[in-house]
Amino acid sequence: MAYENDQNVNIEESESNQASNASAGTGSGASNVARKNDYYEKSLKKSKKLSKGELKRQAVLLILGGIFVVYGLVFYYLPLLGWVMAFQNFKTKKNFWESISKSKFVGLGKFKFLFQLGTLKESFEETHNIFKSIKAWIDQADFIRTIRNTFGMGALNLVSSTVMAILFAILLNEVKNKYGKKFVQTVSYLPHFLSWIIVTGILRDVLSSTGIVNDILRLFHIVDDSYNFFMHPLWFWPIVALSNIWKETGWNAIIYLAAITAIDPCLYEAAEIDGAGRLNKIRYITLPGIAPTIIILLVMNIGNVLNAGFEVQYLLGNGLVQKVSQTIDIYVLQWGIGKGDFSLGTAAGIFKSVVAIALIAISNTIAKKSGQSGLF
Amino acid sequence: MSINKKNDEFALNYGATHGGESDLTADEIKRLKRMAKKNTKRMDAGGWAFVIINTIFLVVFTVITLYPILNTVAYSFNDGLDALRGGIYLLPRKISFESYKTVFNMHGFLVGAKITVFRTLLGTLTSLIANALLAFVISRRRFLFRSSLSLFWVITMYVNGGMVPVMVLYKYLGLTGSFWVYVVPGMISAFNVMVLRTYMEDLPDELEESAQLDGAGYLTIFLRIISPLCKPVYATIALFVAVWQWNSWFDAMLYNRLKPEYTTLQYELMKLLSSVSKQGGNAGTSATQAAASTQVTTVSVRSAASVVTMVPIICVYPFLQRYFVTGLTIGGVKG
Repeated sequence: MAYENDQNVNIEESESNQASNASAGTGSGASNVARKNDYYEKSLKKSKKLSKGELKRQAVLLILGGIFVVYGLVFYYLPLLGWVMAFQNFKTKKNFWESISKSKFVGLGKFKFLFQLGTLKESFEETHNIFKSIKAWIDQADFIRTIRNTFGMGALNLVSSTVMAILFAILLNEVKNKYGKKFVQTVSYLPHFLSWIIVTGILRDVLSSTGIVNDILRLFHIVDDSYNFFMHPLWFWPIVALSNIWKETGWNAIIYLAAITAIDPCLYEAAEIDGAGRLNKIRYITLPGIAPTIIILLVMNIGNVLNAGFEVQYLLGNGLVQKVSQTIDIYVLQWGIGKGDFSLGTAAGIFKSVVAIALIAISNTIAKKSGQSGLF
Repeated sequence: MSINKKNDEFALNYGATHGGESDLTADEIKRLKRMAKKNTKRMDAGGWAFVIINTIFLVVFTVITLYPILNTVAYSFNDGLDALRGGIYLLPRKISFESYKTVFNMHGFLVGAKITVFRTLLGTLTSLIANALLAFVISRRRFLFRSSLSLFWVITMYVNGGMVPVMVLYKYLGLTGSFWVYVVPGMISAFNVMVLRTYMEDLPDELEESAQLDGAGYLTIFLRIISPLCKPVYATIALFVAVWQWNSWFDAMLYNRLKPEYTTLQYELMKLLSSVSKQGGNAGTSATQAAASTQVTTVSVRSAASVVTMVPIICVYPFLQRYFVTGLTIGGVKG
């Protein structure tokens, strides 16, 4: 085959050169192959040394790429310039440049207000107990509390939803009935497509005094009167985690199911001959088989832990559970936008971004160190 | 069909899992295979227990997933006053369509529906075109700035300015208080671009080369060669964007709170739901009070509004399953 091609190239060299330059159409199959080979070699040479022709051909790509760069600069990179606001007492003026340049710089004042390190120091000097003083710090500094809530709920959601998705994927994979499997899977995707508005509305109905949960609790005389789950701070985090599980288990399981399908069936056959039961097959074949997928998804999602804390908490939160429901994003919304302190909101946002990047970097390094392939 | 030891996967695997080369004869392999088949058919007590527990788990899972939705539907078709007594599970007790009439007579809700349909259509179309073009540019192997452009967009996945700077920017760009804030800023999502790029890179290079030989420019290659082959992944991205557009409410609240003409369906629904929750979750105790204030009580109305909002998506998604499964697998694993 290769020999044939070479021959053709030699014979038709001059002709094919012309053809590719003029880019004329028709020819026999053999000469097409020849032309392509010739063209390929030339283009490889060209890509190393930029010729005018190549630039001309790539003009469209350059223009399109340029447009996308401008778009990206405006909508993704320009806001980063707004981080200057965090170090100012930002006041809005006629245009962006004027507001940025004429606002007074206050240094790290906004960050000091956010973290209130003084509180921590004072209580440490009083008690000389690091845990007690951190507790006092969390109690007194609003922003520190929102950090705790964001991380706490983020971690709880990540762990519980990952475990549920893997469990669901593995168990669904064991179902032999094709139609049953398809039905369960189709149903499992459904909640993912509903908005958080609808999901929280549904959740309120289910947990309301006339909802099914209270009906069941009454039926078994666990409570006499209906129990209001939204009034007790203790219940808030579990409710958020459960609503996440309800909404996303089926969706998250898609990737794990795909990973399970990719496992070589011969491994299962071999295990069967060795007398492995279903549980052993899951433990020794399925779980190790999807481990790389689990690691990659965990690495990806750890960076998103801080981003996950907004909609549910905002929609379900109320005054009674505020101390455990407020997350960084809600804090930004309340102080930065609601009360108009743009600088404070920006400072909180910067903290969130920096922590998110650090989290990704750390989890990526851990994944690589432990022998798995990370993201980068 | 005879078994060639070198080619038979089973034999190779048996060897691999049992350490070293398999020294089984063809007959032995056949016998082992038969045994394996028998093993799967014959189930011991443990196997049955597993099947039963698994079935129970999946049935409970399905019921928990479906029940709240069916319950909402039941409430929406029930008479509003009657619904306050509770005790409605899967079927309405006293059928009435009043709640739907109320919902369809709400001015804000109709405006929201119109805007939402419009933003979903326009937003999905523009976003798909932009994402596909960008992915096309990044996936061209010979493109000069291929890797730098790619990095430029990957960074946007992880670093963002935050809520306040973004809002200030939109304000100065004149995007707040307009419809365009729904379409323009979210047009490109780096995640979607990466999914598209991965798919495009997996297409054979020869397609592009032969088209270039025939004198096709990059735009022609994009429209005539790449796009027709990318239909499945386009469908995936369109679905992702459409669902996101349909379900968004936060942008309406943040940027267009003072512009009721640009409200969205979900935002209207949120206002409806939060007004109820402020009245008190224990609707049962204040039934007479609520009944006195409104003809059709809110439990049914908000159920009806929720049903109206979720019906379009529920009708569409089962038919697009195979698309989002492939899209998610590409995006998730290759990131």
